[in-house]
Amino acid sequence: MKKFIIGMLVSNQSGVLTRISGMFGRRGFNIDSLVVGVTEHPEFSRMTITMTGEDYDRDQIIKQLEKLHDVYEVREMLADEIVSRELVLIKVAADRKTRQEIMTAANVFRSKIVDFSTDSLLIEMTGESSKLEAFIELMKDYGIIELCRTGVVSLDRGATCLKNK
Amino acid sequence: MTGADIIIETLIEQGTEVVFGYPGGQAINIYDAIYKRADRIKHVLTAHEQGAAHAADGYARASGKVGVVIATSGPGATNLVTGIANAYLDSIPVVAITGNVPCSLIGRDSFQEVDIVGITMPIVKHNYCVKDVTKLADTIREAFKIAKEGRPGPVLIDVPKDVQIADIPFENKPILPEKPDPIVSETDLNAAIEMINASKRPYIYCGGGVVSKDAGKEVEELAELIDAPVGFSMMGLAAIPHSNPRALGMIGMHGKYSAIKIKSKSDLIIALGVRFSDRATGNKNAYMPNAKILHIDIDPAELDKNINSTLGIVGNVKSVIAAINKRLEKTERPYWQNEIENIKALERTIPEHKSDMLTPYKVVDTVAAAAKPTTPIATDVGQHQMWVAQRYPFEGARTLISSGGLGTMGFGLGAAIGACMATNERTVLFTGDGSFGMNLNELATAVSQKLPIVIVLMNNGVLGMVRQWQTMFFNKHYSQTTLERKTDFVKLAEAFGAKGMRANTPSELEECVKKAFASDGPVVIDCYIDKDERVLPMIPPGGTMDDLVVE
Repeated sequence: MKKFIIGMLVSNQSGVLTRISGMFGRRGFNIDSLVVGVTEHPEFSRMTITMTGEDYDRDQIIKQLEKLHDVYEVREMLADEIVSRELVLIKVAADRKTRQEIMTAANVFRSKIVDFSTDSLLIEMTGESSKLEAFIELMKDYGIIELCRTGVVSLDRGATCLKNK
Repeated sequence: MTGADIIIETLIEQGTEVVFGYPGGQAINIYDAIYKRADRIKHVLTAHEQGAAHAADGYARASGKVGVVIATSGPGATNLVTGIANAYLDSIPVVAITGNVPCSLIGRDSFQEVDIVGITMPIVKHNYCVKDVTKLADTIREAFKIAKEGRPGPVLIDVPKDVQIADIPFENKPILPEKPDPIVSETDLNAAIEMINASKRPYIYCGGGVVSKDAGKEVEELAELIDAPVGFSMMGLAAIPHSNPRALGMIGMHGKYSAIKIKSKSDLIIALGVRFSDRATGNKNAYMPNAKILHIDIDPAELDKNINSTLGIVGNVKSVIAAINKRLEKTERPYWQNEIENIKALERTIPEHKSDMLTPYKVVDTVAAAAKPTTPIATDVGQHQMWVAQRYPFEGARTLISSGGLGTMGFGLGAAIGACMATNERTVLFTGDGSFGMNLNELATAVSQKLPIVIVLMNNGVLGMVRQWQTMFFNKHYSQTTLERKTDFVKLAEAFGAKGMRANTPSELEECVKKAFASDGPVVIDCYIDKDERVLPMIPPGGTMDDLVVE
């Protein structure tokens, strides 16, 4: 099993997300994360999908996505040709004894403390998923109260881009 | 012009001559628009929306044009679902138009409100809910284009009532050009030629794509050029005339012995417009391990989906085969023909089940003898469907109207109505007492439209296909497959205003068929066949050639 990232331009309309996520469900593909947001062009939304599977799954997903009328462009984004980022908000239990240690760790991971209370810290962190996961793992010792991840967004390095077909 | 008028004007603009449907509260405006244009468009009222959906599907299969069905919101729309799924699985161009509650009532669980766009999303090529009347005509135009182009399929357009009422100017527009066919590279064509030339035992395997793209002529030419036999999936069965000696018949679970056996000896499968369905391939992991596979299909997602090909070409089978034919030199393969003849000779030694009673094959043969080469042959789903697929001598490309992918019992009568309307030809429906029982209410439609449909009912009192599996794989536990219904189909036909006849013996059947083919309206011929008749040969599900059951 490998990890794949798929980038897409889709029409910016209601129902498009249902259509796409429905296709994944119907064909039995598992996706790890799906991020969608508006773009600089009001007609298009951009989606980044990360998935785990075999080459067959990736090929079928891309081909089936290409068939959807609302999908303008879809392709695999290769890890060494792109920049990928994910954001996590993580609320960690913190008292007088542990607070300083957590803040040091947050600093080492270049994250920000965005809320501070007597018994917790809210940390915002951006980076590649692996970095986020390492930090989350580290925080487990202190007690994670809750966390929220955005899923991965990716863009090509250099001038390459997803073009409207 | 109101939105409802725009719907019908745009249908007419797109070349629609016949629509099938059923009115209702949120479709009244559309029906008013039809009423005002009765001289320009024909509406066929069915007994049930499912029948209308199957009729639109049958119409499209027989004519190659887009079938159109109209229904109201809620139950009207949900009754279309099986018909839409059926068209989707067999890649049939259908446009379905549903009324819906006004936009202001959407999402409030209003009377007869369902989210039909959400419900049908996985079974359409595309669908729309049009909430802006200025986009209505262009949406319908785009729906026709999508339904037809590339790999065809159904498109649904949901139109809330306020959009049907809104009044805006309307102008006709030229029909949208379809997406151009994918361009096939010289490299791929040359690679295909090389594979064919290197093959000692090539085998052409035709699917629904060949019918859909009207590529029968090109396939026959290819078979001539490379001296190859032609086998069919059920969907491709009528792709070339069966009078062509190269046509072997159907392959797959209930394929013909020779078609399956010869295929297993082949070293190159030229797969044209097929999707390697599990019913056609059996055990995928043991599929043709020693053969190369050249797969040509218009849908890129079909290449390497079920079976990995040696070479996959995305393109319109018609033009791709034409291009290949142009580059091929005629080659004879006498050793291969010899092998083929030997297998055919072996097949002839398999004793045919003989009986003084009506056998399924006898029923098919008797009807075939009375029918014309152009007669549309509709079927329902089950044993009778397989007997027809195995035995009927198809001659015309769009003469088989049968539910392949979805396997929809109850498809046949609606579809026969559609095919009959499309061709103006006497149409045959082969059905079984199980399938017929599902949607026989459409007899009312066949009668009201005075359609010459000969309904050949293979009546064995059981759900034969499931019973056959119970016989073979479930220790004869005939769970819920013995009907014990005592329905008198002759009286039933008469109650609907159709003719009813009964045949217990071959000679009675000949007499009935003769009369039926001379009748004006629909005729039901109730043919008694034995409940233990089986569809053979059979490759059990997930099996291979080695598991073939012949008798």
